Amino acid sequence: MTETTYVQAIRAGIWEEMERDPNVFVMGEDIAEYGGAFKVTAGMLERFGEKRVVDTPLSESAIVGAGTGAAINGLRPVLEMQFADFMACGFDQITNFAAKCRYRWGQQIPMVIRAPAGGNIHGGPFHSQNVEMPYVHTPGLKVVQPATAYDAKGLLKASIRDNDPVIFLEHKYLYRSVKERLPAGDYTVPLGKAKVRREGNDLSIVAYGWMVHTALDAAAQLAAEGIDMEVLDLRTLAPLDREAVLATVRKTNKVIFLHEDTLTGGLGGELAGIVGEHAFEYLDGPMVRIAAPDTPVPFSETLEKAFLPTVDEVIEQARNLHRY
Amino acid sequence: MGALAAALPATEIDLDLARTLLYHMVMMRELEDRIETKLYRQGKVLGGCYTGRGQEAISVGSAILSQPGDWLTPSHRDMGALLIRGIAPKEILAQYMGRAGGLTRGRDGNMHMGCAKRHCVPIISSIGASVPVAGGLALAMKYRGESNVVFNYFGDGATSRGDWHEGLNMAAVMDLPIVYLCNNNQYAYSTPLDRQMNIDDVVERAPGYGLPAEIVSGNDVLAVFKATRRALEHVRGGNGPYLIECKTFRMSGHSAHDRAEYVPGMLREEWSRKDPVLMLQKYMVDREWATEQDFKQIRKGVLDEIDNAVEWALAQPFPDPSTLEDDVYETAPSGGRLRSAP
Repeated sequence: MTETTYVQAIRAGIWEEMERDPNVFVMGEDIAEYGGAFKVTAGMLERFGEKRVVDTPLSESAIVGAGTGAAINGLRPVLEMQFADFMACGFDQITNFAAKCRYRWGQQIPMVIRAPAGGNIHGGPFHSQNVEMPYVHTPGLKVVQPATAYDAKGLLKASIRDNDPVIFLEHKYLYRSVKERLPAGDYTVPLGKAKVRREGNDLSIVAYGWMVHTALDAAAQLAAEGIDMEVLDLRTLAPLDREAVLATVRKTNKVIFLHEDTLTGGLGGELAGIVGEHAFEYLDGPMVRIAAPDTPVPFSETLEKAFLPTVDEVIEQARNLHRY
Repeated sequence: MGALAAALPATEIDLDLARTLLYHMVMMRELEDRIETKLYRQGKVLGGCYTGRGQEAISVGSAILSQPGDWLTPSHRDMGALLIRGIAPKEILAQYMGRAGGLTRGRDGNMHMGCAKRHCVPIISSIGASVPVAGGLALAMKYRGESNVVFNYFGDGATSRGDWHEGLNMAAVMDLPIVYLCNNNQYAYSTPLDRQMNIDDVVERAPGYGLPAEIVSGNDVLAVFKATRRALEHVRGGNGPYLIECKTFRMSGHSAHDRAEYVPGMLREEWSRKDPVLMLQKYMVDREWATEQDFKQIRKGVLDEIDNAVEWALAQPFPDPSTLEDDVYETAPSGGRLRSAP
């Protein structure tokens, strides 16, 4: 049995859903004959035809708007943003139109907006950003970011079957750097459910996307020092699995929030708010946030390395918190 | 959709069609008048209050040609389209009053209303956003091989938005079945046309997208009707989208609070002589299809209908505050997670 990469898992997820449901179709820039900037939709044109694999002009707002209209009229669009950074061009359509349809007039929008996000690929300021928070902050949207190939496929299939608009953030660095054996056949991973990736007793770290792997690497090294760190993978950022966050804090009494997104206004602050309100009495140390600094994502390798949270940084902060 | 079905076979303008058009135009005129000059001032309608006074011919003359399977995206000055699609005056009034019985159940106000059953998509406040959405509605029609079309309405101001340009371009590239209906009423809020665009006519934008387009008198309901019929022939024939620019004038402020003192008096005077309701009535009188007495009766019938609708709407409850968090998602997140309380 061969291993499946994160990007192959995403392709398989879309493919299976298109086989299963004739109303599912993909739309985006350079996705048909070219197969997409990251080749996620490669081969789909040949299998499903140009009606269901739709190339568009370079118009993110029109892509999202057209997805919304198609969803209103009975289809289940899976849209590709070439890079998550470009979702800014469709922000009004996402946050003002699609997100509010159900609340305003009871119209469901079963639409997935796939967007390659994140850094560590030398992408610079416009191809590396983590854009989740404006969407996490928009009621009516769901926001997902898988960390593993298994979850990438399962969460994507669940997102396509969901009747609310889902922002599906794929981490570009993970596309080809993680792989695993996937079960044959159909499975989904439920939205809104976090997962404990590593059990631990001394402290907890809450992360998502690529940072789950940073946390796991740190936890492995910390274990050698006798520090037992629990790693919680959020998987869905909106709606948040508050119970899972509170449960790990109540278990270990110390917590680090880790994200690749910049610090101010990042998810770590919201998580700290939840823990402060609902599990304050369980805390045996200060809540710690590890995040990128409040700068644009730099291009040059030395700068990008300094920008991104590292395993060493997590280890150091975990040691400090453990000693507290 | 009684009115809609009745108008469907019409290829020529006859008495029946003229009466149907007149009824909807008078209903739109009087219903908006009741909302703006009475209910708003009495405090029974709060918030924004946008009317299409003087523009009734555009939505009525076009939407009357819509088929049940078509979709419409009316702008905030196109109440006639909602009426023709069978949305009742009482529903519109309850919407304006923020009642639970309104089309958005108090979630949104004024002309921000639509109804999936009747194939009307509500406008949002960022003008022009409906243009790409119309593309998606049309894409789904093409996807299923239907011959339906989308009636996409907007004003002159919307044509300055990026969404308008992205939407038209994509629809033209994809040959999507859309009739674009621009109500060029010469003002976007307080901004006159010459500060909105450096061209005389919106149709001048169309060749840039390879789109057929025509200008029509937006105050002449029969001219709008005929232009829409031409457009539909093109669009239903699978030839891609078509733009109609309806020249008209906004005979009101942007919203009820706006006295529109920036509009030169002469301009309003000039356009008041082209009242679309009076123009249609003159057409009917000239052909001896109707008399002033008939028009009085039509208006009285409309006013009676509105009286009853106001009574119904005022009796509707306001939405229960306990429903605040309903309908954000299909399934509410467990544990009441839309707010912080434990």
